[in-house]
Amino acid sequence: MVKRALAIILILITGYWLANALAQVPFGADKMLVGKYYLENVKDQTGAVNAVTAVVVNYRGFDTLGEVTVLFIAATGVAALLWRKKRERTAKSEGSVVLQTGSRLLLPFIMLFGAYIFIHGHLTPGGGFPGGATIATAFLMLYLAFREYEIPHRVFEPLEGLAGIGYVTVGLIGLAIGGYFLFDWIWQTWQLGHDNIGRLFSAGFIPIIYTLIGLKVGTELTGIVDNMVKEPKEGGQ
Amino acid sequence: MISAYYFGAISLILIGLYATLTKRNLLKILVGLSIMETGVNLLLISVGYVSGRTAPILTEGATPQTAVDPIPQALVLTAIVIGVATTALALTVAINLYEKYKTLDIEKIRGLRG
Amino acid sequence: MINCVQCIEYLIVILMIVSAIFAVEWKDLLAAVVGMAAVSLFASIAFFLLQAPDVAMVEAAIGAAMSAAVFIFAIKRTERYESEGEGTGWWVRW
Repeated sequence: MVKRALAIILILITGYWLANALAQVPFGADKMLVGKYYLENVKDQTGAVNAVTAVVVNYRGFDTLGEVTVLFIAATGVAALLWRKKRERTAKSEGSVVLQTGSRLLLPFIMLFGAYIFIHGHLTPGGGFPGGATIATAFLMLYLAFREYEIPHRVFEPLEGLAGIGYVTVGLIGLAIGGYFLFDWIWQTWQLGHDNIGRLFSAGFIPIIYTLIGLKVGTELTGIVDNMVKEPKEGGQ
Repeated sequence: MISAYYFGAISLILIGLYATLTKRNLLKILVGLSIMETGVNLLLISVGYVSGRTAPILTEGATPQTAVDPIPQALVLTAIVIGVATTALALTVAINLYEKYKTLDIEKIRGLRG
Repeated sequence: MINCVQCIEYLIVILMIVSAIFAVEWKDLLAAVVGMAAVSLFASIAFFLLQAPDVAMVEAAIGAAMSAAVFIFAIKRTERYESEGEGTGWWVRW
């Protein structure tokens, strides 16, 4: 009881401080300083039409590399903590007929939709991360529908590693050509796609990096799901 | 009158903080942590909103003078993905704790004491 | 027809807060996970109303689908109901 009363007092004090601090930030007023520079120069310097995508991949590309590293560490941590010598799926019954038929019919369309999201990341909202999550949702649906389904591990794990290596390789090629890591060599040195702004083949290396990120996130989240579903086999570890 | 989004974001942060401080089941604490992360992301996006303007996608007809701030959206995009990664890792630790102690009550898991 | 955007904003925020309170209070952990997915869904609608379509897509795909699925797999391998009960030791350990 004392714990609950102290928690409520702490919460009221924190709420009062937050409300006081936010009263000095007027809602809906124009307070852009850095954003104005990015919005005015995004079409000439990067060639992308989606300003958020250009900031994430091109202006702040190194932070996205850090985020991909954190995801990789989390997926490896899940696999390392749940490792046993023998693991198997322990579903007691199959999914219903509706789920089985629907998942067989919808699987190619969901994967196509996810690929569409991450290929057109520089033109429409989205990018690599929701595209990868959509592909992982397709495989999650297969896990729920069938009793003995497993993803082919020999295809997914090398694909995940190669996508990560590909991202660093794109940055190193930029270092070799331009002078700093993740230099946009397609847009600035080769001058490809300068008259194509607003269409698919433009925006430098943003489609390439988002394709690699989409594949990596999709296979990584599927690997997390696969590790958490299986349980250790009874009768010896 | 305070804006609706500021009120909603602060309420979500406080509800998540209450669940993290008071509950005894480990999974309920993680639910509270996840709700708190959603509240913080909502607060960041609502600070960058400019009223009367539209999304920062500069196709035909949208000029840099009619777009909202793109910087908080880029930061929150990263934060959401990292939030789900750390939640998955925390749940794995909870599964291993259950297999060792056979309970998820934090008052009964006292392995580091004494 | 009432034509105010502020009414819709307040409605979404009130539904989000009610859903969060239910997610924290229910003793059945599966119901709490559904409440958490509902909070994510209403936050995704709020992101759309704040003119941020990228963030709305990411929150809907990852917050409402992946986070809830990972929680449900963790509940499958542990217990489903929260075992509540005021223990008799708080004055010793506080």
